[in-house]
Amino acid sequence: MLSDKDRVFKNLYGTHDWQLKGARERGAWDGAKAFIEKGHDWIVEEVKLSGLRGRGGAGFSTGLKWSFMPKKSDGRPSYLVVNADESEPGTCKDREIMRHDPHLLIEGCLYAAFAMRAHVCYIYLRGEYIRERERLQAAVDEAYEARLIGKNNIHGWDLDIYLHHGAGAYICGEETALLESLEGKKGQPRLKPPFPANAGLWGAPTTVNNVESIAVVPDILRRGAPWFARLGKPNNTGTKLFCISGHVNEPCNVEEEMGITLRELIDTHCGGVRGGWDNLMAVIPGGSSVPCVPAHMCQDLPMDFDSLKNVGSGLGTAAVIVMDKSTDIVKAISRISYFYKHESCGQCTPCREGTGWMWRVLERMAEGRAEHAEIDMLFDVSKQIEGHTICALGDAAAWPVQGLIRHFRHEIEARIDSYEKRGAEFVRAAAE
Amino acid sequence: MSVRRLDPIQPNDFAFTPENLAWARQQIKKYPEGRQAAAVLPILWRAQEQHDQWLPEPAIRVVAEMLDMAYIRVYEIATFYTMFNLSPVGRYHVQLCGTTPCMLRGANDLKKVCERSIGPQGKVTPEGVFSWVEVECLGACVNAPMVQINKDYYEDLTPENFEALLDGLRRGRTVKTGPQTKRQFSAPASGAKTLTDPEIFKPKPQSTGSAA
Repeated sequence: MLSDKDRVFKNLYGTHDWQLKGARERGAWDGAKAFIEKGHDWIVEEVKLSGLRGRGGAGFSTGLKWSFMPKKSDGRPSYLVVNADESEPGTCKDREIMRHDPHLLIEGCLYAAFAMRAHVCYIYLRGEYIRERERLQAAVDEAYEARLIGKNNIHGWDLDIYLHHGAGAYICGEETALLESLEGKKGQPRLKPPFPANAGLWGAPTTVNNVESIAVVPDILRRGAPWFARLGKPNNTGTKLFCISGHVNEPCNVEEEMGITLRELIDTHCGGVRGGWDNLMAVIPGGSSVPCVPAHMCQDLPMDFDSLKNVGSGLGTAAVIVMDKSTDIVKAISRISYFYKHESCGQCTPCREGTGWMWRVLERMAEGRAEHAEIDMLFDVSKQIEGHTICALGDAAAWPVQGLIRHFRHEIEARIDSYEKRGAEFVRAAAE
Repeated sequence: MSVRRLDPIQPNDFAFTPENLAWARQQIKKYPEGRQAAAVLPILWRAQEQHDQWLPEPAIRVVAEMLDMAYIRVYEIATFYTMFNLSPVGRYHVQLCGTTPCMLRGANDLKKVCERSIGPQGKVTPEGVFSWVEVECLGACVNAPMVQINKDYYEDLTPENFEALLDGLRRGRTVKTGPQTKRQFSAPASGAKTLTDPEIFKPKPQSTGSAA
């Protein structure tokens, strides 16, 4: 359990002043010049030592990612790109940072850009976050005005921050699709390798980081890497913004320690599961892309990257979607499949065709209008999508389906049996 | 993927206002020399804003010429990105999130309110006041269910307060944005249980910057 004194996002709920004055009172920008004076590599080392793992869903070591950027330019400029395209269903944390504590993000951009020797930073916001963008732009303008950023600023490292935005496309949260979109094209991902650190924005060395990853860096530097590393668990350190939605009594965002158990998280901060803990059916612990975890596996479940991987799921963005026993789990997963069908960019066949196919089969299974053998067929097809696409959207579409079949096969079978029993005529239609 | 096509009824032409043209030129400056195509999304968006919140085909060609892009490349953008309204929308364009976290908190009941109060999806009401469409996750999941209307989010909806909200807009009243209940943004409904220690808000003296 985290105590307030270890919290980073002190204005999470927007009760205090988001502007420069209020942000400074909460500690923002304190000591910035001295950190820059310690040098690029010192900052990278501190972030590595802190154990910070990317907060955008993949959980890759942030310090390590920064170390991939070139130390000497070959003529190409280096870029920092901040991924504010928050679109993973269940996730709503980056908007709170951008609208309530924007200066933490801007300060983090300075350290990150300096660490990777970049003088330009683009922050790409999803198109729907219009008010968040206006607020963040106002904060950026304040920072320019106070010469905290910009050319010839007081910190000794030129940095221009530009806001950019999308127009409705989840796929633009994928880092290479984001770069394509930033360049003025459709958000269709690129093959990796090459990785953005070698060939990114306009072919130049680029690092794409999530908003939360960047925004915790100032506190890591101010309070020291050991402070961050002491919180959480080994290899899963620090604090995390959790977004708990669905069938809890009080859905909310809360900053907690990595590795807090699911039950403690829900009981302490959300008033418990609707109808009590025993009314829990399943949880999706990290946003719609990760497989669901059924109630019997949720007892004492630590919310961190490794523990959740060990139960066949993932922490993802720490967007916890709670489902109680009133949920039609097949319909809930089917609606997730529909989301992926809608958001597929269409570039590669397994995803373009597979997402729609899986949704149509799941819709029939929700009715029970299916054959038992189709359950294994659906699983098999999901395995042919997973790992065979240009980007991870294919995997993200496959995993919820696999989670449903792995843990709730009995539910699908019961529907099928019930449909047959009702004497309805079973149409042996090939899934288109 | 979804099938998106231009509206069959198009205006003859489109031209940016002088203010918008000046604004567009400023946008282009945010990107390196020769990379002005990067500005296509913000500039197309501005064209939509200038044109009653929908994007006509002549605007696509105007933007392409401004950015020295082939027409098809801008047409691709207009059809790929779903926030571009390719057909007219109401003065209040209601975008209702239907993805699972909102669905679990009653989004389907809100769909019924839309059908009753506004009409079928994708159609503008006769007086041009409303249109509605189901969209994918809007990123406000802990305040579900919710809608986006034009630039603002309206959250923590119930069929009752949503009906009242729409009615307020219909009558031209100012409606509060954000949570439609007494709730402080994404804090728990009964009040924040964290960030309650007053010690953490005491301003500390600004140091010269040594790490703690």
